[in-house]
Amino acid sequence: MNLFFYIAAVVALISTIMAISGRNAIHSLLYLILSLLAVSVVYYLLDAPFIAALEVIIYAGAIMVLFIFVTMMLNIGIEKSTEKKWLNPRMWIIPSILTAILLIDFILAIKNIHVSPADHKVILPKQVGISLFSTYLLAVEIAAILLMAGVIGAYHLGSQKKKVTHRFLEKK
Amino acid sequence: MLTVPIEIQILFAGLLFLLGLIGLLVRRNMIFMLMSIEIMFNSAGLVFIIAGNHWKQPDGQVMFIFILAVTAVEVAIGLALLLQVYHHYKTLDADAINKLKD
Amino acid sequence: MTIYIALIPAIPLLGFLVLALFGSTFNRKVIGYIGAGSVGLAALLTFIAGAYFIKSLPLVRSYSVFLWGWIKAGNLQADVSFSLDSLSLVFCFVITFVGFLIHVYSIEFMAKDDGFSRFFAYMNLFVGSMLILVLADNILLLYLGWEGVGLCSYLLIGFWYKKPENGYAARKAFIITRIGDTAMIIGIFILFLSFGTLNINELMQQTSEQWAEGSSIAVLTAALLLAGALGKSAQLPLQTWLPDAMAGPSPVSALIHAATMVTAGVYLIARTHVLFSLAPIVMTVIAIIGALTLLISGFSALAQHDLKRILAYSTISQIGYMFLALGIGAWSAAVFHFMIHAFFKALLFLAAGLVIIVLNEEHDIFRMGGLRKKMPIVFWTFLIGSASLSALPLITAGFYSKDQILWYSFSSETGSSLLWIAGMIGAFLTALYSFRMVFIVFFGETKTNPSFMPGKQMTVPLIILAVLSVVGGFVEIPESIGNFHLFSNLVDNTLPSVVVRETGHSEILFMSFSSIIVLAGMYLAYIVYFRKSGLSESFNHSRINKFFEKGWGFDRLYDTVFVKPVVWLSEMDKNDIFDWLNIGISRLALLTNNILRITQNGKLRWYLMSFTIGIVLILTYMICR
Repeated sequence: MNLFFYIAAVVALISTIMAISGRNAIHSLLYLILSLLAVSVVYYLLDAPFIAALEVIIYAGAIMVLFIFVTMMLNIGIEKSTEKKWLNPRMWIIPSILTAILLIDFILAIKNIHVSPADHKVILPKQVGISLFSTYLLAVEIAAILLMAGVIGAYHLGSQKKKVTHRFLEKK
Repeated sequence: MLTVPIEIQILFAGLLFLLGLIGLLVRRNMIFMLMSIEIMFNSAGLVFIIAGNHWKQPDGQVMFIFILAVTAVEVAIGLALLLQVYHHYKTLDADAINKLKD
Repeated sequence: MTIYIALIPAIPLLGFLVLALFGSTFNRKVIGYIGAGSVGLAALLTFIAGAYFIKSLPLVRSYSVFLWGWIKAGNLQADVSFSLDSLSLVFCFVITFVGFLIHVYSIEFMAKDDGFSRFFAYMNLFVGSMLILVLADNILLLYLGWEGVGLCSYLLIGFWYKKPENGYAARKAFIITRIGDTAMIIGIFILFLSFGTLNINELMQQTSEQWAEGSSIAVLTAALLLAGALGKSAQLPLQTWLPDAMAGPSPVSALIHAATMVTAGVYLIARTHVLFSLAPIVMTVIAIIGALTLLISGFSALAQHDLKRILAYSTISQIGYMFLALGIGAWSAAVFHFMIHAFFKALLFLAAGLVIIVLNEEHDIFRMGGLRKKMPIVFWTFLIGSASLSALPLITAGFYSKDQILWYSFSSETGSSLLWIAGMIGAFLTALYSFRMVFIVFFGETKTNPSFMPGKQMTVPLIILAVLSVVGGFVEIPESIGNFHLFSNLVDNTLPSVVVRETGHSEILFMSFSSIIVLAGMYLAYIVYFRKSGLSESFNHSRINKFFEKGWGFDRLYDTVFVKPVVWLSEMDKNDIFDWLNIGISRLALLTNNILRITQNGKLRWYLMSFTIGIVLILTYMICR
């Protein structure tokens, strides 16, 4: 079991690295989907099958697809030259240094955790559902409102009013 | 049954987060920046699942569902804004949108 | 009775408050009533208080009323308390009565002006401050009134503030009198440090007990107080502000610069005469300054062609006479001349103002002429005023007052024949320039026609003042003629009489000398300016005429010696250390802004980088603790 975890983790990390360092947008997105699938495997190994399914369906299936739609709409996969210009290796140095420092901090922080795990039990989706709709009912409602706000906002922000100018006034 | 030490699990999530951070800082194309933000969200959710598994409580998974909802909304709005920016500036360069400077 | 004394300055000040706060809401008639009425009421109260006071002489020499304790800081105690004795009674009478007439005149004079209520507010404040000055019981309250009249002088000279020259003249007056005021306050400091009290009576008593005659501290204090008086009364060397102060309206010139404020110096010296008697050298200086001033300004008045400037120089000259009298110890003669001078000078200024306003703001006498037939009342009152100014023998009040000074300048213990000769030359000049004025303005052909006839509010005060200029002298007739000493009997209990030395000559002889001189001056004026001989023409364009006209070059002297170096110094010192401090602070702020502005370049990734750096720092700090 542990082995699967490590393999899935390595796959996730490598594909994330490929995603963030790719030139082609579509390729990067696809790498990202791969990463999400790997993480889903990790979720399953962590006794959260429902969440694993959710991850695939919603995250990889809806959100990433949204990304791909927009990328395709904006037609940017073709322009590799700009990406090449923008992504010179020199840019990676400082963020890498900063992130390395953060990593060290992170490891140091984790080292001080002294916890012992509780006994083994699988969390079933039923438990999650009951918990959602009893303890966290209010949060569910708020999340629903948030989603509605997102829908309305996305609709309004996405619409473009065509600016109507007389053809003699257009400067082209 | 997983007996990977909890530190390794959290370290894995942290690494994913930091990779997302690097991607956010380095990339100039705004699609990639949004993508990196997604990676960071995902890693945050991973931490919750790990914790929920550790303490054997459903709260971790509940939290992950909420994060998922928020991420979805954020992506939708973010991409809508991105479309508006693209139609106005005709480019996806993050550095081109610097009108709010002193 | 004592409440009347307190009300005398209070009512004009109340009038000032009402007009200052609500003046713009009243209509002109009400403002006129309040403005002139408050001074009129104060005049009435002065009469009543004066009658009471005179009736109770010689038992009671002064009445005091304590109003409230003003400053009480350890040893320093200054109270608002007024005291009325014969000296302040005379001054109060002149201030309120002549002031009332001038206020009535101003109702019509300023009728077309926009700042009507402002004018009356300032005038009331002036009358109130002057009354505080003369009624004050302690020297700090006197100084309060002193400063108050200086302020009102500034406000009223620059009344028509829209023209910058008026503001310049007002500032000049204020600054020059300030020099005197500073010397005076140092003198007050010395008095307080020596005696620990500020009450004038106590001070005078203690100076006569403790300071020896001729001691250096008495001389110093007296000299400092003298400097204050010189500034306010426009004597040498601080006389340059008064001719320029004619930029104010004519009622202002009449009230402030003829009758009252410029005589505040005379009041101060008369009030503190005990101190001055202890410093004979200062007295001599006063007499010499008086004599020099009356000569210099007499010559200057001869060369002026602006009507009000002639009268201004004439005022300086007449106050020179008062100072001459003070310097030789003839205190009551100085105060008597003050009273008479107030009458005829106010009359002359009011009449001059009337001529100017009727001729549409024409100030040059060579563009006036022939107004005798056109404005008879003004002509006759002006003639009476000029006659009184020139001391026409026996029938004008000016004769009695000036003649008394001339006689004492020769016969007093500290007088000398030099002073008398100076006074005589001054009398000759006075007659000459005043009748020059009369002949050029009122005789000859009319060069500018009057545009309207003055109303009763302007002419009745002129008539009253003209009557006083004739009759006022009869309260003090010398022994040789009638021996009627109403005035000096009144002030004798406050001011000591002059010590006369034995001379071989009689007073009648001197009186005849001065009468002849005066008549000679009038005759010369008649010949030169009426018969139009060519003498005046060649004189007009000579260089000495220009010299006289510019006030003997004092303005230029002060400009070169004082004004230009200070201006140059402040130009050079434009960027001194304190400026650097201020500029440095602002430059620092701008520098910081410019540095921090780099962090706000609008680039998203820059901001993200700063987030990350912040997180790194905070986490590192938290981990390492």
